[in-house]
Amino acid sequence: MEAVIKTASFKEKTNKVMGVNPLDAKLSKSYFLVTFIALLLGGTFGLMQGLNRGGLLELPSWLNYYQVLTAHGLLLVVVFSAFFTIGYFYAGMSHTLGGLLPKVRKMGWIGFWLKMIGLVLVVIPVLMNEASVMYTFYPPMAAHPVFYFGLVFVVLGIWMCSIGAFVQVANWRKNHKGQHLPILSFFATGVFVLLVGATAFVAVEVLFMIIPWTLGWVDTINVMVARTLFWAFGHTAVNIWYLTAVSAWYVIIPKVAGGRRWSDLLTRVVVIALVIMNITGGFHHQIVDPGISQTVKFMHVFMSLAIGFPSLMTAYALFAVLEKTARAKGGKGILGWYKALPWGDVRFLAPFIAMAAFIPAGAGGIAQTTNQLDQVVHNTMWIVGHFHLTLGMSVAMTFFGLSYFLVPYVSGRVLTPKINRLGVIQTILWTIAMILMSGSMHTVGLFGSPRRTSFSTYFDNATALSWSPYLIMIAIGATALFIAVLIQVYAVFNMMFFAPKGETEFPIADVEEGATKTPYWTERWGLWVVLGIVVIAMAYVIPLTDFIVNAPPGSPPFKTW
Amino acid sequence: MHRSEKVWLTLSFGMIMLFMIFAGYQAFALEMGPPSNEERIDPQKVDQTAPFDQPGVKQIGENEYEVVMTLQIFSFNPGKIEIPAGSTVHFTLTSKDVVHGFEIAETNVNAMVMPGYVQKITQKFDKPGEYLVLCNEYCGAGHQLMATTITVK
Repeated sequence: MEAVIKTASFKEKTNKVMGVNPLDAKLSKSYFLVTFIALLLGGTFGLMQGLNRGGLLELPSWLNYYQVLTAHGLLLVVVFSAFFTIGYFYAGMSHTLGGLLPKVRKMGWIGFWLKMIGLVLVVIPVLMNEASVMYTFYPPMAAHPVFYFGLVFVVLGIWMCSIGAFVQVANWRKNHKGQHLPILSFFATGVFVLLVGATAFVAVEVLFMIIPWTLGWVDTINVMVARTLFWAFGHTAVNIWYLTAVSAWYVIIPKVAGGRRWSDLLTRVVVIALVIMNITGGFHHQIVDPGISQTVKFMHVFMSLAIGFPSLMTAYALFAVLEKTARAKGGKGILGWYKALPWGDVRFLAPFIAMAAFIPAGAGGIAQTTNQLDQVVHNTMWIVGHFHLTLGMSVAMTFFGLSYFLVPYVSGRVLTPKINRLGVIQTILWTIAMILMSGSMHTVGLFGSPRRTSFSTYFDNATALSWSPYLIMIAIGATALFIAVLIQVYAVFNMMFFAPKGETEFPIADVEEGATKTPYWTERWGLWVVLGIVVIAMAYVIPLTDFIVNAPPGSPPFKTW
Repeated sequence: MHRSEKVWLTLSFGMIMLFMIFAGYQAFALEMGPPSNEERIDPQKVDQTAPFDQPGVKQIGENEYEVVMTLQIFSFNPGKIEIPAGSTVHFTLTSKDVVHGFEIAETNVNAMVMPGYVQKITQKFDKPGEYLVLCNEYCGAGHQLMATTITVK
């Protein structure tokens, strides 16, 4: 045990002395710059939508609701999350694996520019109203081909970054035979494995189905195959952002709170479980689809609920760690120990609220994966409320909290008390606004108000009119969130370019005291990938084969906006 | 592993199993499963294919009706349906163009309607009133206007 602490503190010292490699820092800093510009733009679009949906703002015909919604979804679900995740894990790998290899850094940059090219190609048709097809772009709705070319570039960029991460990890393992991958890089490996797995499905959908069809090389498309491939990607993507947040909850937040990590073995088991079982979870988006038997749907209830188990392990672990930390710092009483936690530190406060938000968010998720319960809320505002809890709170607030050390860390600057205070205010405002907005969305969704629909009274229908108070609450929530976005973006730019120069710590918690050695089988990534593929095959071979073999005549492209 | 953690994980596992059992019991014993009809249709020949060549409301028994309906941008055909209170209505649905959603607000009727597939869902209407039927899957510029009503007298 002594030895473990010694090597850990030795590592910390070397990192302090050597600091962050400026070339690695610049890479992550560029990723964070794009992250928060995407947040600003995505947040602005969110405000416009919220106001429109509440009936308070009529959008001009040249920038309609569905254009704005497509941009809002893509900017926040894809750009904001992916750029933060990659910037964070590249910084984490640089920190815990002794600096990025030059070729890995180069791959990080190639990935960056491939994604930027993709982004421009996606945004242009959206702004020209040639691609108002939403984040899901379900065929037979067809956008301009350039939109899909852009998506291909984004996927190629993600693959490039994933390969870079694998090269970095493989190199470290070669030089550290028999050692466990440092925990943050272990999470990074899981995340990049899932990114490749998830994007593989959407790549097949876009490259082999949609592009030939929008270019007119084939006349029709198999809509159910496309839809199924999309959800194998679409849901996994958001689970990857969640796994990224979870990595910070296990590895970083205990250190910020002044404590140690949860059991190393159980942490690694959670990562492995989430990697193996994740991709098949997407099928619950198709619970009320035609063409899929009740039996297959029921099997998928199990497939989706299974992901809940590692999350429930996480829930216990995190609150147990915080209690232990608080008690070690003198916290007393059954619940009174919470007073000993650093509530005034935004690096703790924001991720803590993010974790707490995952309790109702996860419960909602479990309800939605269960067939009959999902039928009540499918495609209603409830779903929008759900992912504003999961992504808008659990993921985004964790990312915000991390930005208060990551951004100064990669910028060679420090977090000032003033910015910390601003961050605390931002966190409180975001929390109140999100609870208000998401709460209203859940409620009005239960009453039947549909998602992805611009303001409509449905010809003054009494039922639709009764939704108005909730929709106005959503508009108020969106306005407060927009103010919080402005504060967050201001804080990031301050820490990136204007804060006082200095060294910032990358907080990584040590293993718990008296920990037993983690068995080495946790490092068998080849096996985890194979098991993941087996689970995917169990889930998808039967329905996909059925959709292909018993396919109805396909659909031609439609532009309905 | 602490005792409390073992208890927690056992409860977690038990809860997931309970969800499975309830979902399975409701789906297979009570026939409350989600709409999952498996018939196929040529999406470009809906108008020529029975029963969609004659969309409409048909009484098929005492207090029992069949509604054969097509969904297309941005309407339901037939719309403005009227039925007596206490009727059971079997909806047979398909799309003539893009993906649509079929939702009746304040009921549990909620189904995806995909081109190429015939979707079916049944609902008993006990309470008189005007029910709002709407498309809950984004289908284009007029999606927010794609709605009709079912009047239960």
